[in-house]
Amino acid sequence: MSNNILAQFMSALLAGQIRIIDLTETLTPEFPTIVLPPEFGQAWPFRIEEISRYDERGPAWYWNNFSMSEHTGTHFDAPVHWISGRDLPNNTVDTIPLEAFIASACVIDCSAEARENPDFLLTIDFVKRWEEQHGRIPPRSWVLMRTDWSQRQKPRDYLNMKDDGAHSPGPDAEVVPWLIKERDVHGFGTESVGTDAGQAQHLDPPYPCHYFMHGNNRYGLQCLTNLHLLPPTGAVIVAAPLKIRRGSGSPLRVLALAPTQ
Amino acid sequence: MIEPLKPPRRKNPVARTRQPTLPPAQRSRTSFGLTAAAAEGRFALQVCVECGTVQYPPRDACCNCLSEHLPWQDVSPWGELQAITTLHHSNDLYFRERLPWRVGLVRMEAGPVVVTHVHEACAEGERVRLSLRLDRAGQAVMVAMPGRETPHMMETPLMRELTCDPKFRRVLVTDAKSEVGQAMVRALLAAEASLVFAGDPQAWRHNAGYEALLRDPRVQPVLLDVTDTDSVDRLAGQIGGKVDILINTADMQRDGGIMYQRDVNVAREIFDVNCFGLMRLAQAFGPAMCSRTADGVNNAAAWVNIMSIYARASLPPRGMWSAANAAALSVTQCLRAEMRPSGLRVVNVFVGPVDQEWEQRTPPPRVPPANVARAVVQALQQGTEDVYVGDVAAELRDRLADNPKAVEHELGRG
Repeated sequence: MSNNILAQFMSALLAGQIRIIDLTETLTPEFPTIVLPPEFGQAWPFRIEEISRYDERGPAWYWNNFSMSEHTGTHFDAPVHWISGRDLPNNTVDTIPLEAFIASACVIDCSAEARENPDFLLTIDFVKRWEEQHGRIPPRSWVLMRTDWSQRQKPRDYLNMKDDGAHSPGPDAEVVPWLIKERDVHGFGTESVGTDAGQAQHLDPPYPCHYFMHGNNRYGLQCLTNLHLLPPTGAVIVAAPLKIRRGSGSPLRVLALAPTQ
Repeated sequence: MIEPLKPPRRKNPVARTRQPTLPPAQRSRTSFGLTAAAAEGRFALQVCVECGTVQYPPRDACCNCLSEHLPWQDVSPWGELQAITTLHHSNDLYFRERLPWRVGLVRMEAGPVVVTHVHEACAEGERVRLSLRLDRAGQAVMVAMPGRETPHMMETPLMRELTCDPKFRRVLVTDAKSEVGQAMVRALLAAEASLVFAGDPQAWRHNAGYEALLRDPRVQPVLLDVTDTDSVDRLAGQIGGKVDILINTADMQRDGGIMYQRDVNVAREIFDVNCFGLMRLAQAFGPAMCSRTADGVNNAAAWVNIMSIYARASLPPRGMWSAANAAALSVTQCLRAEMRPSGLRVVNVFVGPVDQEWEQRTPPPRVPPANVARAVVQALQQGTEDVYVGDVAAELRDRLADNPKAVEHELGRG
């Protein structure tokens, strides 16, 4: 039976009936990482050093060493990342059940609002209006907030740093618990550098997306791109973080499967 | 009258670049006392403890009483220029390329009679001021300088050989967004650098001071993050062939010792800036600069490292940063050896606590960034290579020379 389903899937894929969309940003040294006050510990940006390139360091092969934090580039947040999720079972990237790595997605288009207002906050009302058009968010589904933020010039406009800190869109403090309690969502994904808004420090609680999602053993995806290529519903996200022992998250390749229109 | 230095003509892009030659570098071990003095811009000779004789050239025994106690002391640099000889021939490649060359005999007021290079503006019979300078080989030479400051005195071919003046040169300031970096750019413009590449390690961070510097057409912003090999290589690919002076202002100062840190993350970040950043710069910019040390008026002249004085002795409350500075100092010693054959001067600038945000809780004296910048420009203009900026740095240098074990204990008490 399962063979049959997978065979159908593969033939649809080969026939071009299913598109594969890459939601991943390329890892480069310039790609911005989240900015914290300098006295806090910092996430390392992506850095790469050549080991050899068909030269005296290795005549027939090319390879690199790289370093970065668990939260650099397009990355996955595990529940243990936030203090609210620290005591939950299976809360690290190496213990999260495999089923969590494949889930459908609802894409909420906030690009017009984010263009107008970099501090745009997604609200319950906004989600309800989306549902009127596209139907109720099914349980265990990613909610991806499309803002077209990934198309901003990096790093300056992407981080959008002003005298009072970063300004980028995200969910407000009410919509996150509502999505979990009322819609049983799988997790929340954004195009900006974090799942929370740039000014989310000032929300109650601060960083509500991290606080509630991870406190309820849900997941986060950020620094996504190409969300504009996804249908509002019906896409399937394949997002499996690296298996880091006790890891709090990981850079990863995020693929979306969507029916070809 | 001395002809003012003329701006160099644009280089013919297909012309061969002249390769460096160096003056003779052999010296006796004792004579490195002269080099040490010249490196700091001091005029010091051996002075006999027993009989008071000032002695030159350096020897292992007093020429008057054979005493071996001959400490180096600052002495009067004044004397009378008794004779000048102009050389029109030399078998030495370096001098051959620079003929005619004037040497002279100076009877010093302190006693010795010395054979010396003679500044273009000096004439026989004049009272001259002797100066110890580093030549292109990095060794001390004696120069008879005019007794009075004369306009454009430092712009003659001889002085241009012995110094690294930023005038008409193109300078890369690796981090021009820091307080010291901004002051550095301003000081270089005041010193008539023809172009300043102002490194920006964080393009996303607004900085009004940095942005104001860019209004000067001689300042060119460049992206440069010394922790990112790609970034360093990319910039070297763009401007590596026209950096005449590189001033490394990149620094990541953070508080914290070693044992009570919970991890080595911050230490690695500091090392990545202060130590590995310097290595990346050296690998990307060093070879090209070394190949251009004889490239006319705006030849590549100097590589400047700005470091904390705590490179020389750990300040335990800043143990990680001290360690990274010490590592950087070791890197610069290696670079000196590697760059010496080219004649590129490696200038080490040791600063005491600088008046910037990471020294907020350091009691005065703190060195204003403008003073650091001024000291760097002065060092380049004078041709020194070991520079101590601020009372704290100068005092620590002296205390280390006097009693390093005491310094270790004193800094440890905080």
